[in-house]
Amino acid sequence: MKKFLKWIMDENPLFVLCLGMCPALAVTTTFENGYLMGLSVLIVLLFSNIVVSLISKVIDNHIRIPAYIMIIATFVTILEIIINTYVEPLSKTLGIYLPLIVVNCIILGRALSYASNNKVVPSIIDAFKIGLGYTFALSLIGLVRELLGNNTITIMDRISNLTGYIMKYEIFPSNSVIPNQLFLSPAGAFLTMGLLLGIINALRREDIK
Amino acid sequence: MNLISLFITSILVENIVLTNFLGMCPFFGLSNKEKGSVGMGLSVILVVTMSSLVTYFLYYNVLVPSHTEYLKTILFILVIASFVQLLDIMIKKFFKSLYEIMGIYLPLITTNCAVFGIVLLNIQNDYTIAEVMAYSLGSSIGFMLVIYVFSTIRERLENAPIIKSFKGLPIAFVTASIMALLFTRYIGG
Repeated sequence: MKKFLKWIMDENPLFVLCLGMCPALAVTTTFENGYLMGLSVLIVLLFSNIVVSLISKVIDNHIRIPAYIMIIATFVTILEIIINTYVEPLSKTLGIYLPLIVVNCIILGRALSYASNNKVVPSIIDAFKIGLGYTFALSLIGLVRELLGNNTITIMDRISNLTGYIMKYEIFPSNSVIPNQLFLSPAGAFLTMGLLLGIINALRREDIK
Repeated sequence: MNLISLFITSILVENIVLTNFLGMCPFFGLSNKEKGSVGMGLSVILVVTMSSLVTYFLYYNVLVPSHTEYLKTILFILVIASFVQLLDIMIKKFFKSLYEIMGIYLPLITTNCAVFGIVLLNIQNDYTIAEVMAYSLGSSIGFMLVIYVFSTIRERLENAPIIKSFKGLPIAFVTASIMALLFTRYIGG
């Protein structure tokens, strides 16, 4: 349990290093969008880490960054095509933030700082560690925003034609709570993120003591 | 849409940082320095406007006729990356004083989502060439405006009495939230 908490709080790419923030705030209007975006990043990170760790010896140091960006862009394009064909509603919600995974600092950051000087297996483990932490953070933001802004929690809606289920629940009885639309707007995204960061900081402070 | 209103809208009401969350890393990373924010803003304006034009021509004259629209992600990032390199070399050679202001920020722009995002939005919204110019100029000016205003606010925040765990980034996010509220409510009264 302690290890789990440490993983969430001290090594989380989003909450601690503040990397990869654009998608974290833009698409997390529902819980579902949050974890699906996180998983997309995880998939791209996994494959780019594998390829980078395999060929980093061959690539000259001067062209490292452009070469890695091209590798990442290739995997993002593959993912884009797959999502466009199989889960069309999802590609509409993610919109430009799906191709924007290319410039997500987490992926390039891991490729430069970890995968390029490590072997394949540690790089895969690293991709899962970072990717799952990121997914967790995104789902948390999505959960808070959807609950406060819409009084629902969506687990499966956009991907329902793939799985065959729609799972969307109303949490509080609808006449007792008035959801605040602010949390679905950009301003609410910043606010949620700021409050979450503050709370996590406070928890970490106590932990150190 | 009317060009002038598109221009003004993209600066204020639909500011890319505050409504589309593009260019967040420099927004929070660099914006605690007033000078840095101006340098970054200027470089973004230059790169965005130029690469919008280049990618627009490439998309409609190369990708669309050959039915390879799905390659746009790879092509655009390649254009931006090589463009930044080119600009870096050219400015270093011909405009020494300008290089001192924005030199260190140029390489960072390749991975700045604002540039890539605006280029993608140009295509997604089916803009004409005049609209592309208005939109990319407007939103990059908007980027510079917001990042500059934000940096001045953050300098004051450093000396403000804030709860310890909210110091730094958390309070910056809350500030950004209030700014977003103000900017997006510019429409009508």
